[in-house]
Amino acid sequence: MDTLSVIRGVTKRFGETTALDDVSATIAAGRITGLVGADGAGKTTLVRLLAGLLLPDHGQITVCGHDSVTATDGLHAAIGYMPQRFGLYEDLSVAENLSLYAELRGLAPSSHRATFEHLLDFSGLTGFETRLAGRLSGGMKQKLGLACALIATPRLLLLDEPSVGVDPVSRRELWRMVHGLAEDGVGVLWSTAYLDEAERCHSVLLLDQGRLLRDGDPAAMTRHFEGRSFVVRGMTDKRATQSAARARADVTDALIQGAGVRLVMVENAAPPLASTLTDSPGATVKPAPPRFEDAFVALLEHRDAAIPPLPTWRPRGGGGITVEARGLTRRFGDFVAVDRVDFTMAAGEILGLLGPNGAGKSTTFRMLCGLLPPSAGEARTAGIDLARAAPEARQRLGYMSQKFSLYPDLSVRQNLNFFAGVYGLAGPRRRDAIARMIEVFGLGRMVDRNAGGLPLGFKQRLALAAAIMHGPDILFLDEPTSGVDPLVRREFWGHINAMAAEGVSVLVTTHFLDEAEYCDRIGIIHRGRMIALDAPDAIKAGIRSATLPDPSLEDAFVALVERADRRRES
Amino acid sequence: MPGRILALIIKEMLAVWRDRKSRFVLIVPPLIQLVVFSYAATYDVTHVTMAVLNEDGGLAGRELLARFEGAPAFDRIVRVADEKQMAAAIDSRAVMLALRLPQDFSRRIEAGGSAPVQVILDGRRSNTAQIAMGYANVIITAHNHELTAARGLTAAPGALAVRVWFNPNLDSLWVVVPGLVGILTQVVALVVTALSVARERELGTFEQLLVTPLRPWEILLGKTAPALLIGLIEGSIILMAAQLWFQVPFIGSIPLLYGALVAFLLSIIGVGLFISAVSSTQQQAILGAFFFLVPTMTLSGFATPVENMPDWLQVATLANPIRHILTLMHGLFLKDLPAAQAWDSIWPMLAIAAVTLPGAAWLFRKRLY
Repeated sequence: MDTLSVIRGVTKRFGETTALDDVSATIAAGRITGLVGADGAGKTTLVRLLAGLLLPDHGQITVCGHDSVTATDGLHAAIGYMPQRFGLYEDLSVAENLSLYAELRGLAPSSHRATFEHLLDFSGLTGFETRLAGRLSGGMKQKLGLACALIATPRLLLLDEPSVGVDPVSRRELWRMVHGLAEDGVGVLWSTAYLDEAERCHSVLLLDQGRLLRDGDPAAMTRHFEGRSFVVRGMTDKRATQSAARARADVTDALIQGAGVRLVMVENAAPPLASTLTDSPGATVKPAPPRFEDAFVALLEHRDAAIPPLPTWRPRGGGGITVEARGLTRRFGDFVAVDRVDFTMAAGEILGLLGPNGAGKSTTFRMLCGLLPPSAGEARTAGIDLARAAPEARQRLGYMSQKFSLYPDLSVRQNLNFFAGVYGLAGPRRRDAIARMIEVFGLGRMVDRNAGGLPLGFKQRLALAAAIMHGPDILFLDEPTSGVDPLVRREFWGHINAMAAEGVSVLVTTHFLDEAEYCDRIGIIHRGRMIALDAPDAIKAGIRSATLPDPSLEDAFVALVERADRRRES
Repeated sequence: MPGRILALIIKEMLAVWRDRKSRFVLIVPPLIQLVVFSYAATYDVTHVTMAVLNEDGGLAGRELLARFEGAPAFDRIVRVADEKQMAAAIDSRAVMLALRLPQDFSRRIEAGGSAPVQVILDGRRSNTAQIAMGYANVIITAHNHELTAARGLTAAPGALAVRVWFNPNLDSLWVVVPGLVGILTQVVALVVTALSVARERELGTFEQLLVTPLRPWEILLGKTAPALLIGLIEGSIILMAAQLWFQVPFIGSIPLLYGALVAFLLSIIGVGLFISAVSSTQQQAILGAFFFLVPTMTLSGFATPVENMPDWLQVATLANPIRHILTLMHGLFLKDLPAAQAWDSIWPMLAIAAVTLPGAAWLFRKRLY
């Protein structure tokens, strides 16, 4: 196994932030190396250092023997690089993008045709040559980006978060393509925040806050947790079971998964008795296969960052209200973004909207919380049409978007003051609400810091605090956990579950399939239509077959999307 | 409800002040502009260099030249030997103006006749050249008077006695600085409002605002009030600089001045919100602001008199708030503009505000989604 790239003691700082701290690793030819970590872990910095676009402060990087500082020409010839925001020219067609990259890489004009044909075929873009790159779907853009990065047949392929915004079907195809390249001897570095992708790599570099936590075979890391994970099923109140499990000293992790609760025990602990976790008589505890996430969480738990306590506060609202969509449709010009979506959501329910970028998920969500008027049909929250501007109704909802929507130049306290003010909290009620939020979310040390400079996890806590401090009856969450690490995500869902247990209704969009498992029901949106709406377990059961006895949610998603596409074509 | 708007106003002021970049925009560029405009944009002509081609050499010629040498505006006089050198001096911009005394100049004067002199001006610098010509005229006229008197003749019957009102020394600082109170206030208020919604769109906080119980008009009010406040503070600072530093007198009524500024700011904030409603990024908002600023400055009468523009354009300038505030500022600084006359300029600004503010609100609602 040839070593393509050697990273030796590399440190990179930006101002006061240390993006990478003394990282040493190797990248091998013919293998897929996963670069795994949350946003801000240092993934993009490492990829850019490898591509010779940044210079290390300390240490050395070589690619195929070329030093990244002194021999950049040789290094650039050896690599193919696909940046996070695809380096495509959106106003050029597919074919024009390819020939531009061919000329930039100095490919002989005589070989253009054959190379393009091969790459178009490889990326499944044959027939789309004249389409503008800006008009491609997220998945197709990534495939074109990959094709452009492959023009000069690199020895090392650097892919910076290639699967962001890509639907599960296209994501599978991307993986198939990359595996094919690795078999041909290309070394691939695939950076990702999705832990399920780490399991598909031959080797992973696990980054956290600029430090390399672990380097090795993901299967070996996961194997370490063999015999420690179990699933509890058959209880009526899964959230109570989760809380009971979390309270035990021998349980390191308890997560809702469909109708069950998945447990990870401390080493050598016996599985807990079902009766200690739930009052339901039919409940069972069965062994489950370990996952890479188990290993990651165990590694993260050693870090200094304080793991926040579970919330003990009770929201004041808690009435729980219903959401109803009838024939909900939204057109932008000729394009139908959302096409006749119907559903009702019960009070106190957690409903997940699932779908790739551009499927209509966000548009549906925005219509439901009154940010966008529907072209046809209606969306009613607690019986009120929010698009018809009812400020009193908006008082009852909380909203948190993936951008966190905080004022970066205002301090934590000023942000809280502002949101308390616009929700009409005044005097002692405002003081109480702010004090409680600071306590529950552990913001005490941070109150005078600017919101823009907070670590990601604290930003998220502040955004959630701002959204719920007025005690809403319904919570709208738009991709609330994209880019955060699994610990922060667990903490976040701890708060959400506590609120749901108090009767707050929660509508959440996500593209993390494992996050969808935390929801009571999920609606899958594909090409503007809701193609499935059910409990996660029921959706999985719907595609169970002899060849697929225990389908994952991703399997179900792919099967449902393919079925919907077949129906559309026929 | 007032509490909600107050929260919005406090947030807006904090956001503008705590952001280092926007704080910079509020303080440094207006100060630089104040200094640059005040010292550079002067209409007075001093330090003129002139060329003299004296083909005469007689006494009368020397007397006339001595008068030029004594005049403060002409601080350097270059003697040239022939017509060619004179042309070269003008050509190379070494001199602004050339004076040619013909061979028979002194002879004609001694003979008691009239003696023409030639003045050549650099027309490429037409404004300055005209002013220099005016100075030259004054010197020559004075010389004439003396000659007539010396010969015992009665002076020409009609003599001009010029008194300049309001600005006795025609000091251009007295004209420029009051105008800046309007112009710089406009720049700051326009940029602050144009950026406000666009910044929230970029941050994603705009949607967060829309899902709160705030009504659109409350959001607009929450954007208008801080800009009005910032504009008034900025205006007051320039006002103080005008008096304390530039020593421009202010003899009008202070309440009237602030009333005029409020009307002016409302009309400008309407435009700023209009720009903000159509921009989705701060870059677009800044471009939009300059797209508005450049033509309105040109049509304001600050640099070139409105009276010199074609009639139809003069009518168009009535819709330009900065034109009215300039009239008001000059009136209030240099003469005690009575309220009735001030109202003639204030109501057009209120009328403009009555169009731009609701227009912005309408566009704002339309562009919410």
